[in-house]
Amino acid sequence: MDSLSEYFQSYLTALETYDVVAALWVNIQLTFWAGLGSLVLGTVLALMRISPVPSFRWAGAAYVNIFRNTPLTIIMVFCILVAVFQLQLNLSSDFDFNFFLWAIIGLSVYHAAFVCEAIRSGVNTVPLGQAEAARAIGLSFLPAARLIVLPQAFRGAIAPLGNTLIALTKNTTVATVASVAEAAGLMKTMIEFRPDVIMAIFATFALGFVVIVIPIGLLTTWLSKKLAVAR
Amino acid sequence: MTTRQSVLFDAPGPKAQRRILITNILGVLIFLGAAAFVLKGLYDQGQLAPELWSPFLTADVWQFTILPGLMNTFKAAAAAIVTSVVFGLLFGMGRLSHNKAINWISSIIVEFFRAVPVLLMMIFFWLLLGRMQIVEPADTPFYGVVIALTLYNGSVIAELVRSGVHGLPKGQREAGMAIGMTRGQSLRNIELPQALVAMLPSLISQFVVILKDSALGSIISYSELLRAMQIYGSAGPILQALTVAAVLFIIINFTLSWVANWLSRFLGSRTAGKTKPISAPPVAAKV
Amino acid sequence: MRKTRIAMAAMGAIAALTLSACGGNGGGGAGGGETGGGTEGGETIRIGIKYDQPGLGFQSGGEYTGFDVDVAKYVANELGYSEEQIEFVESPSANRENMLANGQVDMIFATYSITDERKQTVDFAGPYFVAGQDLLVSAENTDINGPDDLNGKNLCSVTGSTSAQRIKDEHAQEVNLLERPGYAECVTAMQSGQIDAVTTDDIILAGLAAQPNFAGKFKVVGNPFSEERYGVGLPKGTELCADINAAINKMVEEGAWEEALTANTEGVDYTFNEELNPPTPGDSCA
Repeated sequence: MDSLSEYFQSYLTALETYDVVAALWVNIQLTFWAGLGSLVLGTVLALMRISPVPSFRWAGAAYVNIFRNTPLTIIMVFCILVAVFQLQLNLSSDFDFNFFLWAIIGLSVYHAAFVCEAIRSGVNTVPLGQAEAARAIGLSFLPAARLIVLPQAFRGAIAPLGNTLIALTKNTTVATVASVAEAAGLMKTMIEFRPDVIMAIFATFALGFVVIVIPIGLLTTWLSKKLAVAR
Repeated sequence: MTTRQSVLFDAPGPKAQRRILITNILGVLIFLGAAAFVLKGLYDQGQLAPELWSPFLTADVWQFTILPGLMNTFKAAAAAIVTSVVFGLLFGMGRLSHNKAINWISSIIVEFFRAVPVLLMMIFFWLLLGRMQIVEPADTPFYGVVIALTLYNGSVIAELVRSGVHGLPKGQREAGMAIGMTRGQSLRNIELPQALVAMLPSLISQFVVILKDSALGSIISYSELLRAMQIYGSAGPILQALTVAAVLFIIINFTLSWVANWLSRFLGSRTAGKTKPISAPPVAAKV
Repeated sequence: MRKTRIAMAAMGAIAALTLSACGGNGGGGAGGGETGGGTEGGETIRIGIKYDQPGLGFQSGGEYTGFDVDVAKYVANELGYSEEQIEFVESPSANRENMLANGQVDMIFATYSITDERKQTVDFAGPYFVAGQDLLVSAENTDINGPDDLNGKNLCSVTGSTSAQRIKDEHAQEVNLLERPGYAECVTAMQSGQIDAVTTDDIILAGLAAQPNFAGKFKVVGNPFSEERYGVGLPKGTELCADINAAINKMVEEGAWEEALTANTEGVDYTFNEELNPPTPGDSCA
């Protein structure tokens, strides 16, 4: 019993030295902004893949195939190495914030490929008659997509979109290779300096992610049932 | 797919065809412009110099850097694929079990490991094994990679098994019961074999994830392809080395994805289950 | 039924694989232990080096190059091992103590600083070089002459390096720190001007700048702000310490030491710290 309370004491001192909550907050911020970014980019890509213009269809497919098959680590490293170091595309004059923004771009670019496929699977749930009706009343491609197909497609795509969001949440840890101070990097430092409480440190971070991820899962399941288009 | 798409717009008339042609040209121009911007930037920094790229065509680099790196990538991925399938079958059956305790424990384990980032697990097991000294120190990164990939992907496969079995028509089990099998017998002899065939395409997509995620091993100093290239690049051509690594990864994963698609069409007629990627869990899994 | 049997066979094969993998490892461990005894003769010697530090320990095309490698070869030769009998093993910083303890390597030459803390778990011969944490800057740079000039500048180092943190804590609080997985990334960033300086031990910086791709573009500032005594890592309780020190002494006397050092930092505006080098090894042997 004594050793247990001792263990707990030294775990507490480890928590006092390192700000776990702040690191997890960085991951939440990355999730939020990259989630928005990948949703916008993914929708554009999905539109391209179902558009009447062959070059757009081709480009959309090429994008999805390339980025879905590249490890996220490599995409992140390229953002820093090519965009920041070589092309010198600085998004912010603040040194650290610049890398944070590029991490968001890297995450968005990668997950947009999955968002695109999720939306496309949503488009598949829209009955043919809907698109035919849209054409019958004289809507051309973009208005038909915007007013008829996409709203229903989104509602049908909530479950796969939610899964992509969960994956994105966990993948924000890879931002550590873009030199962003977030949870995975902090956990590594903490274990290196406080190996005595290694189990407790891992449990803290793992639970942190469980607490973030499980509500997202529950929420999207609930939403996908509530918003499902009754057919 | 094509019928689906063409429903969204009318067959283009002569005017629309001209518009499409113009948009096509514009699209190509935009793409070329972006490519030119990037290449010009890299050229200005001297990164396109041929002497930085030519080493990757020499036998030496392939023999001592690329091939050993690829070997390590495949080694970790292969080991993780085998162990995750075992893990997935065990806990997938656990979640299908009618024993409350087994069902409950399996569910908690599967849900927990699906929610924890792979990278966190890798770092943790790598450092933990280093402290416990039960494996050779030089092998700790390998075991860190394999254990983390197994726990995560095994949990996803467990979900695949579960939804694969649920996707079978009820008649399959009922037929088993009718000839006097117990629930377990029917699960093992009738349902699982069919579910495995049905989930094969999703399973292979999951193998792509394993292969792709093995690149995270570079962060914990496992000498797979990405890290081998980083080491080679540390004398200068780092950008070039990483580009080669990226191209190799894309080719390998693309091939595997293609096999998965082909299989799902080929196997469509061979099972009572659905070979189309099953809805909710596998999509998250593929990311 | 047939499918089930195949599945069962597959499971069996997997189990066998797993078991044999474990068995194989056990055997390897025992073998390592035997070589760890360090008997001279026809045996090979396993030397831990870095693979990713050009100029010190670097693996490229199956060749091993760098100052650490040169010293290791010389010492091994003095101990009675020919070059063919040396087996180089990668030993990353985090693994060095464990690899010595487990007998995976017989000795380590890998920019391994002698510290009191490390001496509790491993033995050290040497030092064979005294390095100091320093800065690498662009060859035209004139306004960075030491760690105190870094306020408001962008400084790069590798993940887990102590020297960047030391600069921020003790010299320039306003410095922007960036950590990358390898020094090559830092240096390419400096080439394009996104980074003002790179920091780590001076000899590592010099070795890096001596690479053909970077030749003439960078200089070592030459204002070291720490003292790192590179030793030869040995398993606790070894008897080789004195022999290794004798070999290092001989290498210095013969001039091979300085030759190796200049060859590996050729073309770089860098002179090693002559007050402290060449060091006299010996004080570290138990």
